[in-house]
Amino acid sequence: MAPKLPPQPPLQHSTTAVADGQSHGHAAPPKGIFRWLLTTNHKEIGSLYLIFSLTMFFIGGIFALVVRAELFQPGLQLVEPEFFNQMTTMHGLIMVFGAVMPAFTGLANWMIPLQIGAPDMALPRLNNFSFWLLPVSFTLLLSTLLMPGGGPNFGWTFYAPLSTNFAPPSTTFFILALHIAGISSILGAINIIATILNMRAPGMRLMDMPLFVWTWLITAFLLIAVMPVLAGVITMMLMDINFGTSFFDAAGGGDPVLFQHLFWFFGHPEVYIMILPAFGIVSAIIPTFARKPLFGYASMVYATAAIALLSFLVWAHHMFIVGLPLVAELFFMYSTMLIAVPTGVKVFNWVTTLFRGSISFESPMLFALAFVVLFTIGGFSGLMLAIAPADFQYHDTYFVVAHFHYVLVPGAIFAIMAGVYYWLPKWTGHYPNEKLAQWHFWFSIIGVNLTFFPMHFAGLAGMPRRIPDYALQFADFNLLSSIGAFFFGASQLLFVLGVILCVRGGKKAPAKAWEGAEDLEWTVPSPAPLHTFETPPVFHRTSH
Amino acid sequence: MSSGSYYVPASSRWPVLGSVALGAMMVGTGIKLVYDTGLPLVLIGVVGILAVMGLWFRDVISESRGGLYDEQMDRSFRWGMGWFIFSEVMFFAAFFGALFYVRMFAIPWLGGEGAKGVSALLWPDFVATWPLLNPPDSSIAGPEQVFSPWQLPLVNTLILITSSITLTVAHEALKVGDRKTCRNWLTGTVLLGCCFIMIQGVEYYEAYAHYGITLEAGIFGATFFILTGFHGVHVIIGTLILAAMLVRIIKGHFGGENHFGFEASCWYWHFVDVVWVGLFIFVYVL
Repeated sequence: MAPKLPPQPPLQHSTTAVADGQSHGHAAPPKGIFRWLLTTNHKEIGSLYLIFSLTMFFIGGIFALVVRAELFQPGLQLVEPEFFNQMTTMHGLIMVFGAVMPAFTGLANWMIPLQIGAPDMALPRLNNFSFWLLPVSFTLLLSTLLMPGGGPNFGWTFYAPLSTNFAPPSTTFFILALHIAGISSILGAINIIATILNMRAPGMRLMDMPLFVWTWLITAFLLIAVMPVLAGVITMMLMDINFGTSFFDAAGGGDPVLFQHLFWFFGHPEVYIMILPAFGIVSAIIPTFARKPLFGYASMVYATAAIALLSFLVWAHHMFIVGLPLVAELFFMYSTMLIAVPTGVKVFNWVTTLFRGSISFESPMLFALAFVVLFTIGGFSGLMLAIAPADFQYHDTYFVVAHFHYVLVPGAIFAIMAGVYYWLPKWTGHYPNEKLAQWHFWFSIIGVNLTFFPMHFAGLAGMPRRIPDYALQFADFNLLSSIGAFFFGASQLLFVLGVILCVRGGKKAPAKAWEGAEDLEWTVPSPAPLHTFETPPVFHRTSH
Repeated sequence: MSSGSYYVPASSRWPVLGSVALGAMMVGTGIKLVYDTGLPLVLIGVVGILAVMGLWFRDVISESRGGLYDEQMDRSFRWGMGWFIFSEVMFFAAFFGALFYVRMFAIPWLGGEGAKGVSALLWPDFVATWPLLNPPDSSIAGPEQVFSPWQLPLVNTLILITSSITLTVAHEALKVGDRKTCRNWLTGTVLLGCCFIMIQGVEYYEAYAHYGITLEAGIFGATFFILTGFHGVHVIIGTLILAAMLVRIIKGHFGGENHFGFEASCWYWHFVDVVWVGLFIFVYVL
């Protein structure tokens, strides 16, 4: 179960830090833009990450809406197929590397030091470096759209030889931008691991940590293990494009399938990088609003670790149709199905936490509950895709698109939004406007399902992904999806409005903003002062 | 665990300048590769990165020597460096993985092995061998011959292993406060690193001039240069780091207990050494 706090008032040193912060040896922060450019404070850097992520979420969202507008009806009407391809590609790249990953890193920056009672991240200057690499990287990535020949147009998975022999010249810039983003991720992950392993409050053992911290510890390990592999594979692409090597060219003895192996060795752990922290957030929110300790704390930790380890052994389930040996098809099919076991443990634990709880349905809880239901749908369609012979039919259809959008939008994104609504009182000192948040939730859940549920049917009926035109029989499903997408996109403006209103004012939140919340972050005042836990808190555990 | 004395630095200008410099280097590299111009931007970026690293480390060194760091900070650095080296391990693992995949699967399949058959149809006359001197398609010329592992590569192996030993002697000397012995053995290590780099340079010259091993020479040249090339870059970086440590030793930095900067450099050097042993076995010998 989640660690309990000692029954004590908000820690004394934290409250005084607001009043006389200067006397604690902190020089006054630089003014204006330099405060943000030069900051080493985990809360400020966390906010920067979150703002960056939200910006990218809307840019990637607009790209998605271009795609959905074109697919509103059969035939080519709005954009050239070339540009359509750039939009699908950039939508994927921006959402994965620019929106979801930085959002979780931002939450980690804000919450991990608060949840483990640390004064800051372990390496604060490195933390600033990790963040400021991202705007550089994504400015470069977005600028490829304006280059001669257009931006990347080969899908976010950038399979060779499409991305090497047949790609626009801007591909080199895309590779270099991705290198910068990769460096940012690796350094950020090193920082998070060092923070968790080294900065916990005295008395807090690993098995006392809140699950958000645990899931991030494991996520950071995955990042450090696989981001360098991505760096390696894009370096090989760079060599094939610019220096005449034959890594992915069978004419010289290389193999295009080698690209897919290396890419998915990165890519599969990557999808868990985007979902494990979501598990952590949901595991914090559900106990709070069910007013019960999390059921099966230890099994949650072990299940997370098991998912992470299995993620290194399943990559080729993305490649069932490229012509793998039969033994590989079987191995990757069964190992993929094994992941359902620890994931099932998690869903079971969330449901059991709810069982006989005193549940209330504030906005964080609504998003968390929607996460459990809709992520599970995405998990089940994943199980269907894991069956190699069935995947021969599903591969590269809209069924796959439906599957991974169910785990990423009502999965990762909903968890991020749940986390934002949950922790906004701690960040701003105000509760978000609950009515607005509820409208946002209901619009989002309608929009998400309207967008992605019909894609299952279109895919099963054979509609291929990444094609700007389609046969007439898919028209109705696509019409629904497009309406849903615009509805979902527009309703995210309510989220922005809610966050802005919450920053500017609203109902005052006490230190412990939610009745059932138990972790250390709720012992510091709301809003959390710039510096917290400069003297480590004393951590008391209750028996598990 | 935390003692409450953890040093949280005030704002710093180096990280953001570093990211601008890295961006300049990357943009410059892209412009150079795609449009064959923009070398000045690459140089500005590289110089900027080196300058930022120097100034950033200068801050860290002066904070460390100013006694601002406690034991907990030391552990943060240890975890940080350890996981950084793990990320480097995974970077090389990708290249080794590519080499193994090509040798174990891709080339035998191109030669007709396995139940798939399709790839063998592309070039029916192709004979699978390693080292691959005759790439499947005649448009790509393979290497004329490959290096014997028992000449320069063996010399380089002995040099790097010796350098790891000399570095360990230097470290042991530093631990007991024998600064002079440490300085001498560290100097030897740096010189051995320089020797390795020069011999590798000779080997690259030979590869292009007499062996026909080039980047364009099919998958052998590709894997050979990406593995030895990135290793060589790491040796150069490692030698620079050790040279910086030598300067610090001469300046009288580091105590018998308190010298993680030195120790981290040793970790890095030993890691580079281990990678070479893997290279020697799988690129040259087998």
